[in-house]
Amino acid sequence: MKSMMTPAKRINRLGSAKSGTHHFITQRVSSVALAIVLPIFVICFAFSGAPDPDAARAWFGSPWGAVLTLITMTATLYHMRLGLQVVVEDYISGSTLKFTLLIANTLITYGLLLAGVYALISLALGN
Amino acid sequence: MANGNSDTRPLSPHLQVWRWHPTMLSSILHRVSGIGNYLGAIALTAWLVMLATGTEGCIAFLFAGPMEWVTRIGLILLTWSISFHFLNGLRHLAWDAGKGFDPKGSNQRSVMIIAGSIILPAILWFFLLTGGVS
Repeated sequence: MKSMMTPAKRINRLGSAKSGTHHFITQRVSSVALAIVLPIFVICFAFSGAPDPDAARAWFGSPWGAVLTLITMTATLYHMRLGLQVVVEDYISGSTLKFTLLIANTLITYGLLLAGVYALISLALGN
Repeated sequence: MANGNSDTRPLSPHLQVWRWHPTMLSSILHRVSGIGNYLGAIALTAWLVMLATGTEGCIAFLFAGPMEWVTRIGLILLTWSISFHFLNGLRHLAWDAGKGFDPKGSNQRSVMIIAGSIILPAILWFFLLTGGVS
């Protein structure tokens, strides 16, 4: 057998990134975190008085609301970045669109995480 | 020519000729609900930032008048999407542990998960809409 590489792969030089196992494990660990924390968050948030702005601000700013939201938000944004990455890699074959979406995925999830952490801290300390 | 793969082997799976079964449906719904949850998380986090910066007034129209029920239906769909991804995710963890691969049982659990993903939001929204909290 000469080589297992397809002609396209030989040209693109896109082999294993050696990060697949890390992706697999962290996807599972974040899913375990969400399995624990998400039901509590959804129920508490649903009955917090949202979408009334003042009630929602009070709940997000309360100690338990802020901690619960911080944990849920971090696990969610981490988990959904990994998940959408796989969806893009599976369905988008054009490299320009694929890499644009992969970079956008990273920027959106980390951007939302940082903005969300700022929002929670300012609500928790400002109240 | 990023995909200049000239080989003519058939592509698989042939989605058009595949016989639909519950596990196939739940697998597809896992991705669909995952993307739904992604959009929901963006919306909720954006709203959290608006609350902290005091700019939530610019989307107040979403919670009043004709848009109230449009928004509410969107949120009901989001709770379905979260419930489905949650229940099917638990099954994925069982699969990762090597359990629950029998085709018949898999199909039965797929039906149970799909039913559960409708029942859980129905209970939640029953209490939200009748319990005086809107």
